[in-house]
Amino acid sequence: MKNAAAIAGSSGKSINWKIFRADFPILDQKVHGHPLVYLDNAATSQKPRAVLDVLRRYYEHDNSNVHRGVHELSNRATAAYEAARERAARFINAADADEIVFTRGATEGINLVAQAWGGRHVKSGDHILLTEMEHHSNLVPWQMLAERVGAQLVYLPVTGDDGLLDLSRLDSILTGGVRLFAMTHISNTLGTVNPVADLCARARKAGAVTLVDAAQSAGHRPIDVRAIGCDFLVFSGHKICGPTGIGVLYGRREKLDETPPWQGGGEMILNVDYHKTTYKQPPHCFEAGTPNIAGVIGLGAAMDYLDAIGRDNIWHHDQELAAYACERLSRMKGVRLFGPAVGRAGLVSFLLENIHAHDVVTVADQRGVALRGGHHCNQPLMKKLGIESTARASFYFYNTRAEVDRLVEVIAEIQKYFGQSS
Amino acid sequence: MSDDLDDLYQQVILDHNRSPRNFQKLEGANHVAQGYNPLCGDHLKVYLILDGDVIRDITFDGTGCAISRASASMMTSALKGKTVAEVKQLFKKIHDMVTTGNVREDEIGKLAVFAGVHKFPARVKCAILAWHAALAALDGRAEPVSTE
Repeated sequence: MKNAAAIAGSSGKSINWKIFRADFPILDQKVHGHPLVYLDNAATSQKPRAVLDVLRRYYEHDNSNVHRGVHELSNRATAAYEAARERAARFINAADADEIVFTRGATEGINLVAQAWGGRHVKSGDHILLTEMEHHSNLVPWQMLAERVGAQLVYLPVTGDDGLLDLSRLDSILTGGVRLFAMTHISNTLGTVNPVADLCARARKAGAVTLVDAAQSAGHRPIDVRAIGCDFLVFSGHKICGPTGIGVLYGRREKLDETPPWQGGGEMILNVDYHKTTYKQPPHCFEAGTPNIAGVIGLGAAMDYLDAIGRDNIWHHDQELAAYACERLSRMKGVRLFGPAVGRAGLVSFLLENIHAHDVVTVADQRGVALRGGHHCNQPLMKKLGIESTARASFYFYNTRAEVDRLVEVIAEIQKYFGQSS
Repeated sequence: MSDDLDDLYQQVILDHNRSPRNFQKLEGANHVAQGYNPLCGDHLKVYLILDGDVIRDITFDGTGCAISRASASMMTSALKGKTVAEVKQLFKKIHDMVTTGNVREDEIGKLAVFAGVHKFPARVKCAILAWHAALAALDGRAEPVSTE
């Protein structure tokens, strides 16, 4: 097997990453006449052939509805669907596959917890604690809940451009009546890696329920929900080499048991009368309607793919690329970097003096380099940092040091183009 | 750099970006409106003094990319002395140009430098942000206008 050959007998450093890069047909193309350098992985990752093949095979051989059918194809689809649930449980070291709910993505997972669990358990006057670096997806659902039940949002502050959480404030904030603490594992703008196990332990001691947004971490480093000690954790399939429109909500058994059903419909019921319905147990009571079966099966294949490489190896590689990018960019004049100086995840947000992020991204695109520019769904954080937007390069295991060199070269060219040459 | 880029960032645009004209708050303005592009967080504020039906003076401030700053700068230069009806006509032509590339240089003059924007669909909103704000100011709309 190719993967085994590429990894066999190697530590993190000696992996032949080129072999994995070749699994991604999309990367082998020219954009505006230049080889594509895809550095927008924090927005979405590319998909390896292994995942694309599984999707195709499913639709060509096994496509059927799940759970209710008696015929062969339905049995196959159901078996593959539930096997992916087991796979997802292993992926994050959940105690039981029944703690895995399939959602449309991280956003839907958070909305489910906010509306269903929060709707029942968060009361008027309760505090909902968030950090100042949350993505809109881990902020807006809580605002909606707070408005609905009369709860209050409170925030753990971020300190300056370094983008670390001010942990000295945490315990005093937690004693103020926090019912739930929702936090991101890795900031999609700053690259900060939050100490989620410590945050969850302190929250638990104060009696608060915890939710971890692992959208930026699940595909990049090993995740162990029991070591983290969270009550809920969410992530999206499309950022971890899987299809779009599928994601995972992990809920500790006890927490899912106290969460009322969310959307009603087929699949989630035991018995329906005209005036009364009884529901299935978790996780099935949270999966109303025909689910994204192909997406779930594709997600399982993505998890197999990533774990064959080893997420500890991926983490090492991504961090090394980001550190190399920071080192080279920090030596350039007129480049302002955001995020922690050490220990950052595989992404770098930056601004060029007197050049707007959108101009940077437009010119980079013309040179084949795909970056993201804007507020990264972090408008309150941008305001706090006193900026409107940043440009962001985010890396994955198929990116190379040569691509970082290319990024640096293009940035120098952009500075010259806008007359801000260093 | 490639030709498409030079079409987008014409020298005139780069110059207006570096030193925007009419880039200040306007004392005595009787019409003011804000334009907001939620895609990039850009905010522009357009101030104008409307004397009957004629724009006596017009300025802008705020933050934006090269395209939106240059567009605001050149728009304010172009609109001084124009009537409300003329502004609305001109806007239609500009909007048509940046979305289709159809240039009527004899009718829009220097503003024709924004024709290259049509090759960059993601940047069309940048080019017309200031125009939306100016129209909102003329209409007396106080709420910020969004490009979305």
